[in-house]
Amino acid sequence: MKARVYVMLKDGVLDPQGEAVRHALGTLGFGGVEGVRQGKVIELDLAEGTSEEAVKEMCEKLLANTVIERYDVEIA
Amino acid sequence: MRAAVIQFPGSNCDRDMAVALKQVAGNGQVETVWHKDHDLPDGLDIVAVPGGFSFGDYLRCGAIAAQSPIARAIVDFAKRGGYVLGVCNGFQVLTETGLLPGALMRNANLKFVCKPVALTVETTDSGFTSGYGKGQVVTYPVAHHDGNYFADDDMIARLNAEDRVAFRYVDNPNGSRDDIAGILSENRRVLGLMPHPERALETAHGNTDGAVVFRSLLDAMAIA
Repeated sequence: MKARVYVMLKDGVLDPQGEAVRHALGTLGFGGVEGVRQGKVIELDLAEGTSEEAVKEMCEKLLANTVIERYDVEIA
Repeated sequence: MRAAVIQFPGSNCDRDMAVALKQVAGNGQVETVWHKDHDLPDGLDIVAVPGGFSFGDYLRCGAIAAQSPIARAIVDFAKRGGYVLGVCNGFQVLTETGLLPGALMRNANLKFVCKPVALTVETTDSGFTSGYGKGQVVTYPVAHHDGNYFADDDMIARLNAEDRVAFRYVDNPNGSRDDIAGILSENRRVLGLMPHPERALETAHGNTDGAVVFRSLLDAMAIA
């Protein structure tokens, strides 16, 4: 089984990289991009039967820094 | 004073840190400790977590180092009241272990910043800063890409209320909230800061402002 973990900066935490991407898109002539937030996707190959709870614990302990980041887990 | 300097793969200020500690403690009193060790040497007074790019800054700066075997020993040492100094990547590691609050994010202007910066000493109530005057302006070098200190409003208010901001930037180089360059733990024995006091130690470095941190530590140990 696979799990996909999405890690994003929390709302309210400034994302200078996303802002730079937004600016670059504007420079390329793409209008109407009002905001960009950049995050990470982490794919995990897991032994069958690994619980979503276990993946959430991985997020809490390592994959995300919950001071600045939030995460979503998708079990595929 | 007995000190240990932690080495992770990718640490690059470990030797400078050891030199700084040896200047005040003496050559025989400073050991280096590898990240895979589970235990710190007995009888330590201070552990220094040096700058660098531990584990290539993979995942987040300091995140992997904070899960290494020695990190657990450092947390235990701090909880027993030991002194811990984290500089640059060391500061990032200490926030990732939870010994210090907040996080260090990518610099607001996205640029790696490498230059001497002026700092104000915000508190002299710590074993690291007792040798300075309150409000004194000192210059240390910074060299980092991820030194943008973030903590939520409540934590920033708490750090200020508890006099736990050790250093503030005079001219903020990285977007840190409240111009914070370095903070203390609740028991005031853990200091994390982005600028490098160990690189402002000898006249050949350009200035000797950082030497006071190490001399202050020696005084703190003499009292304890």
